[in-house]
Amino acid sequence: MERNQQLRRQLAAMRQSLFDQGYLDEQFIQLEELQDDANPNFVEEVVTLYYRDSARLLSSIEQALEKSNTLDFNKLDTYMHQFKGSSSSIGAKKLKAECTQIREYCKAGNGDGCVKTFQQLKRDYATLKKKLESYFQVARQAGPKEIASRSK
Amino acid sequence: MNLGNDRESMSTASSSVVVSDQFPAGLRVLVVDDDPTCLRILEKMLRTCLYEVTKCNRAEAALNLLRGNKNGYDIVISDVHMPDIDGFKLLEQVGLEMDLPVIMMSADDSKHVVMKGVTHGACDYLIKPVRIEALRNIWQHVVRKRKNEWKELEQSGSVEEGDRQPKPSEEADYSSSANEGNWRNSKRRKDEEEDVEERDDTSTLKKPRVVWSVELHQQFVSAVNQLGIDKAVPKKILELMNVPGLTRENVASHLQKYRLYLRRLSGVSQHQSTAFISPQEPPYGPLSSLNGLDIQALAATGQIPAQSLATLQAAGLGRSTAKPGLPMPLVDQRNLFSFDNQKIRFGEAQPQHMNSGKQMNLLHGIPTTMEPKQLVNLHHSAQSLGGLNMPVSAHGGQSSQSSSLLIQMTQPQARGQILNENTVGQVPRLPTSMGQPILSNGVASGILVRNRIGENGRGTGYNSVSQTSSMLNFPLNPPAELPGNSFPLGSTPGISSGTSTLTNKGVFQQEVNSDIKGSGAFMPSYDIFNDLQQHKPQNWELQNVGLTFDASQHSNTLQGNVDVAPSVLVNQGYSSSQRSGQNSNASELGKAMFSVGEGSEHGNPQNVGQHLNNFLVDNSMRVKAERVSDTSCPPTVFPQHFGQEDLMSALLKQQPDGIGPAENEFEFDGSSRLTSSAISG
Repeated sequence: MERNQQLRRQLAAMRQSLFDQGYLDEQFIQLEELQDDANPNFVEEVVTLYYRDSARLLSSIEQALEKSNTLDFNKLDTYMHQFKGSSSSIGAKKLKAECTQIREYCKAGNGDGCVKTFQQLKRDYATLKKKLESYFQVARQAGPKEIASRSK
Repeated sequence: MNLGNDRESMSTASSSVVVSDQFPAGLRVLVVDDDPTCLRILEKMLRTCLYEVTKCNRAEAALNLLRGNKNGYDIVISDVHMPDIDGFKLLEQVGLEMDLPVIMMSADDSKHVVMKGVTHGACDYLIKPVRIEALRNIWQHVVRKRKNEWKELEQSGSVEEGDRQPKPSEEADYSSSANEGNWRNSKRRKDEEEDVEERDDTSTLKKPRVVWSVELHQQFVSAVNQLGIDKAVPKKILELMNVPGLTRENVASHLQKYRLYLRRLSGVSQHQSTAFISPQEPPYGPLSSLNGLDIQALAATGQIPAQSLATLQAAGLGRSTAKPGLPMPLVDQRNLFSFDNQKIRFGEAQPQHMNSGKQMNLLHGIPTTMEPKQLVNLHHSAQSLGGLNMPVSAHGGQSSQSSSLLIQMTQPQARGQILNENTVGQVPRLPTSMGQPILSNGVASGILVRNRIGENGRGTGYNSVSQTSSMLNFPLNPPAELPGNSFPLGSTPGISSGTSTLTNKGVFQQEVNSDIKGSGAFMPSYDIFNDLQQHKPQNWELQNVGLTFDASQHSNTLQGNVDVAPSVLVNQGYSSSQRSGQNSNASELGKAMFSVGEGSEHGNPQNVGQHLNNFLVDNSMRVKAERVSDTSCPPTVFPQHFGQEDLMSALLKQQPDGIGPAENEFEFDGSSRLTSSAISG
């Protein structure tokens, strides 16, 4: 009991920091609110899906960016659009913003900007993944009610 | 919270539409998105809304599902960007084959994409990430669509255009053949070569059936575009397409569907003008008739320079990209019964402003409903009649925040095409109490228009406005004219109080030249919906424009300005006898109407100006507002003591004085003359 409460506090703090640091936005809360008996781990499920699916996309983007001298901005823009779509759907605020930024660079034909921002995006992508993974881990330990009871 | 209200309003609206008490639970939604994450979330959200969800990650597969079970879905939600088929093509295809409401969604909120969705017939456009609040309301599109279909059926053949067959048979024809084709199609869909095979097959079949694949359809569309939709005849299309196995009949039937589709794209404008015949029309129905303004028609006839049209539209959209001639389906027509959702919509993204929810917002829940009271029979001589109803409603001073000035223009058009007869019947509805904003405002207008080519065009408009308290409605009915003919428009600004009385109040003639212009001055919050229908270059159907002005912000300035050029002289052709048939039904007037005296609000009706270009909304508005305020009409004046005529005359008389700039001239005399003759007739 004691331990459980401690876990919950920890969980709440982790969650809050994700918002405070700008990693997540209210869309994430939407996902939390969708959790119900039918899908008690809905958020985790979706996030897992997101990371699984976007990995491919990310490597496509990386490849596109490698040919920096013949960068196909249109193609990159399409990728970024896709990436932005899924990122925004899980509430990955920072990633979404970076996608938007890269898309603007694409329009401006700014290859350097694209590469630079993408590096940042990759870091944030990995960081968020790590943070969310440990968050879900704690959530599982704390028990199923956790996330649902905490919607902001 | 919404749900309860939804249900409630649904039941109000339900007379012919709603399927079950549980509605919208069980709504069958097909959701298409290539992004698995989004798809999963959407699925979950939709299920949370108690919809029945089918998900699909490929557009092609979605199309097959739809073809395989044509009646298996109520609505489609599709992503815009998909690898196999562009979402817009899917949209087009669905519109063509199934006529299901389609909602597009994308993380892309850029104007042109949203616009593209709308012009391709999407009933809504959601920006990703989609929120569940938006999904809770999608059932309204289904209801709206069915409602429209219902109306369509109700329509008589007389409204159909020359190039169109009576609808019922056409539809039946279409669906049966399409079903068969689709059934086959779905059975063999796995085959990648299906399209080719299909075509090959058709040549060997006795009665060839063609599945119009996306590719094939594209070929067809480009052929049609090459020929021009007017001149596209099956034979030529067939030649251009040059697809083995395709027969002239195939093309002919597809062409028919395509034309239907184009028509649908343009909204239900036609239905609006024609469908209100039945008295049991649900209360919200008539609203749609209010919102039509045939801008396009005016533009086509040179009444409004294209640029100003653009301005109008752009202004309405709050964006500069709107181009004249862009079809912008009027999404909001039947929106009344969903207006409990407005808040959500309203608070939401700008990009959605095309959708109905928003308009409702602007209306502040005080929709002005125009209802047909009687059929006005205009003599055969009326050629192209457009009725332009422009009720302007302003909130009284009671609540300055909510006060809004609404200008709605309806143009139950009839564009003289080829032996067209348009019958617009509108049935009166009794206004209900304030408690139910939707019902409360009843504007009865009935216009029966017959168009004959070669005859003199006459326009007649008749409106009655009913208002709830604090609403001011000024309907103007300037009929649209045939190009080349300048005939007078009759506009009846009617304000009546008391219960239904039949009177034509202020009637003034307007020349065809009437311009309607909205300028930025209207600003605060307003929305313009245009429904442009372009079947043929010359045949512009109705457009609906709803202007909503929030009066509260500019209490002293004119919020909405409608620049209608009045024709000074009553047109001879415009005989009183024609008018005589018109009755306006006025419902109860709210008190605050012209509460100019109270000072907070100046409901200022309309401006009639000959020169569109000269017309400065700001200035004229202001002038008028002041004028109006001078008019010492006690808030509650309107009731029966004031006949409309009186009211109008009071108003109108003020205006000439008030308008410093000479461009606006209210021919009050003329109008009163007309009025009296109409009444006496």
